[in-house]
Amino acid sequence: MRELSLNILDVAQNSITAGASLITVEVNENTVDNSLTIGIYDNGSGMSKEQVESVIDPFFTTRTTRKVGMGIPLFKMAAEMTGGGLEIKSELSVGTEVKAVFKTDSVDFTPLGDIASTVVALISMNTDRDFIYRRSVDGREFVLDTRELKTILGDVPLDTYEISEWIKDYITENTNELYGGA
Amino acid sequence: MKTLEELMAIRDKTKQRMTVREDTGDDAVRVVVGMATCGIAAGARPVLNAFVDEVAKRNLKGVTVTQTGCIGMCQYEPIVEVLQPGKEKVTYVKMTAEKVAKVVNDHLVNGNPVAEYTIGTVTK
Repeated sequence: MRELSLNILDVAQNSITAGASLITVEVNENTVDNSLTIGIYDNGSGMSKEQVESVIDPFFTTRTTRKVGMGIPLFKMAAEMTGGGLEIKSELSVGTEVKAVFKTDSVDFTPLGDIASTVVALISMNTDRDFIYRRSVDGREFVLDTRELKTILGDVPLDTYEISEWIKDYITENTNELYGGA
Repeated sequence: MKTLEELMAIRDKTKQRMTVREDTGDDAVRVVVGMATCGIAAGARPVLNAFVDEVAKRNLKGVTVTQTGCIGMCQYEPIVEVLQPGKEKVTYVKMTAEKVAKVVNDHLVNGNPVAEYTIGTVTK
């Protein structure tokens, strides 16, 4: 994957497959210790201990049973290459938490890339689910919550083109603000 | 700066338009983009975005852009299927955002599939 935002799009699909109604995507950057933490949390079907171990190993899973395939191993590799790592916490019928830490000063750090496109793709392709996108830089943060947007929009669907454009711009502008309005 | 007030204005504008859009009926065209790990890694996200943009720009009624999982031919990703009632499915392979404009124009608007991008041509 050329951008971490593509890994996020990919891993979040697992949450959708797991039947999650609420999916939280968190991107936290710490410019003091040069780390970037990406979290994807859901309230989906969850996994057993054995399943959690198997999703990390791409060669353990088989085609008929697999739900995750190469997604998690690629994400884990991207994190470990920078000196960071990935952990999964999951509980059956409660949900799953995938958290990856990246060292941004590593030469092997893959840029986050177009995260706004990832969030918009997730929201507009899954209007029956809810998403929270939380972005923070050194403790400053902004949050986008589709439940809040749905309250405002009423019966206007979230996948309306103009709404998608608004969400994309909203994320881009707020992110720039976090970095000092660049 | 984008504000929630602005979102409300978009909502009101869209509502007026929505009544017109509802009668798209059964002849709806579906554009399905493969968005599994293989598709995403090969560049499916910009392809999906390009379809959404192009369909909106041309104000095409009755075209929906959706996603699906792994279609099973990962080496040909990004794969896009165009499904139209009463017509044979058209499968485009190795799609790029640049190719999307032609597919929308020739196929979705004028009804002529772009043969050179289809799986039949590319895999020959």
